[in-house]
Amino acid sequence: MIAALGDNIVCGLGFSSEEVYASVKKGIGGVKRYEGTFGLPDPFMASLIADEALDSAFADLGRGAAGDYTKFEKAIILSASKAIAQAGIDASHKRVLFILSTTKGNVDLLEHENYDRQKVTLWHSAGLLAGWFGNTNEPVVVSNACISGLCAQITAQRMIESGSYDAVVVVGCDMLSKFVISGFHSFKALSDTECRPFDALRTGLNLGEAAATIVYSASDNVAGGCAKMLCGAICNDANHISGPSRTAEGLNNALQAVLQVRPADKIAFVNAHGTATLYNDEMESIALSRSGLSSVPVNSLKAIFGHTLGAAGILETIISTMSLKKRKVLGSRGFERSGVSCEVNISAEERDITDDTKSCFIKMMSGFGGSNAAIIMEVGQ
Amino acid sequence: MIKIAAYTRITNRSVVLNGEKIFTAKGENSLNLTELYRNRGIDYPKFFKMDNLAKSGFLGAELALRTLGLDTVTPKKGTAVIFMNSSSSLDDDIAYQQTIKSGENYFPSPSVFVYTLANIVTGEVAIRNKIMGESSFYIFEKFSANNMQSIIEQAFTNTSLDMVVCGWVEYLQGEMDVLVMAVQRDVVRGDEFNTLNINKLYDIK
Repeated sequence: MIAALGDNIVCGLGFSSEEVYASVKKGIGGVKRYEGTFGLPDPFMASLIADEALDSAFADLGRGAAGDYTKFEKAIILSASKAIAQAGIDASHKRVLFILSTTKGNVDLLEHENYDRQKVTLWHSAGLLAGWFGNTNEPVVVSNACISGLCAQITAQRMIESGSYDAVVVVGCDMLSKFVISGFHSFKALSDTECRPFDALRTGLNLGEAAATIVYSASDNVAGGCAKMLCGAICNDANHISGPSRTAEGLNNALQAVLQVRPADKIAFVNAHGTATLYNDEMESIALSRSGLSSVPVNSLKAIFGHTLGAAGILETIISTMSLKKRKVLGSRGFERSGVSCEVNISAEERDITDDTKSCFIKMMSGFGGSNAAIIMEVGQ
Repeated sequence: MIKIAAYTRITNRSVVLNGEKIFTAKGENSLNLTELYRNRGIDYPKFFKMDNLAKSGFLGAELALRTLGLDTVTPKKGTAVIFMNSSSSLDDDIAYQQTIKSGENYFPSPSVFVYTLANIVTGEVAIRNKIMGESSFYIFEKFSANNMQSIIEQAFTNTSLDMVVCGWVEYLQGEMDVLVMAVQRDVVRGDEFNTLNINKLYDIK
């Protein structure tokens, strides 16, 4: 068990978790239509971070010129800075580790003729991040496609529980580019409207840019109101590299594993991956059914943030933790009528958590490579 | 105790399987992964659609696991695949970038794009061997036996795990550097999974 001491979200809706949560509550979504952006031939729907706003917030840190860093680097530094300040830890300490969760990092640099190869590597980005805070431990990069953000938190738990570190700063981030959007487009995975998770009319996903950070520490001597990550599991489908299992084998196994520490009647809600692709949402409905979670409230945040790739597991854990603390299950924007074969307890409207014994939520994800993951978070009464 | 039950070391020059040199590159050329596949009589047509990183990791795992008599049919919930490298999927990233360069040369392909995710190689090994435990991919600047040992030992704190197919799987523009180990709990054969022994295997060139 590890405790979340501080967090931050940098995305199109704002640069702090509170600001972003307030936008979500007001029904503001970040997904917009873009045409001609990134030199792409087709228009696309996505949630982007405005460059000027990010540059200005980065400059406010008072440490470096915005022009010296890429958008990806600015976002991870800004997000980590704010989360570390909130957690009140000394991030330069020998007993603190940085973990970076990302799929593509600075990959957009490949567009330039004479790009700096080192700058494209993910370990270089992680080193820049840890170095910014004067931390000399070799950082860890987790790159596990869409489930990276959960894997990074699971790795943090292992690092802390094994006694290797006292605190871990888990930062997740991906930025969008011609590279990333054209790839998802080639898979015919993108929706040309705001995405509709679990809905009968869903046609695909929206992508989003974000950086998100959680600072974790050992859970002893931590204030009672802190959210705790109890455990996590990663399970492969061993089925297909770019399509989910028809029987939801891996996700079901991951859910069964985390339900070992808390029974289903303690789960206030499940925050699904809910990308709004036909196959993902269908597979998740099967996994929920097989795990005995059909009646537990479920939601998806993808129509608000888009799929933020390496940041998603961290960003959605933060928003879900905030909503659990406020005893709310956030509504699933874009959902009207179920379009999956198994029963899913989902609603477009926000719901109250009225049963005080429901102290946990599950965050689950699936992704390319046949990977699936689930973690369970608890907020003490 | 955790032990290294089998291993494959692949460099540009040669392939060493459990201490025995089984394949060498011809003349001055770098080792050819397709020739290695054919030479070992492997029959797995999906190999040909893989990118070079996936081919490297697949062959490393395939050669080592077959020496253990591990079947490819039984679902294995207690087995994990955990790989690491330095360049992530940069080899395929560069190839994909070529497909989206300009208006006239814009033909993004899903079969190239999918390999721009480093962890796909872990998925390929999982599919081949019906491995249904954890699959993870980590990135560090350089090979480090310390990082290897700590990440894998921590994965073994999951008590339902009895084997991890792990290793360093690096492939970038013709340069390959692969050490895949089948690491098991409670087995008789093999050297202890510690930094000394991991370094010994990595030092085989």
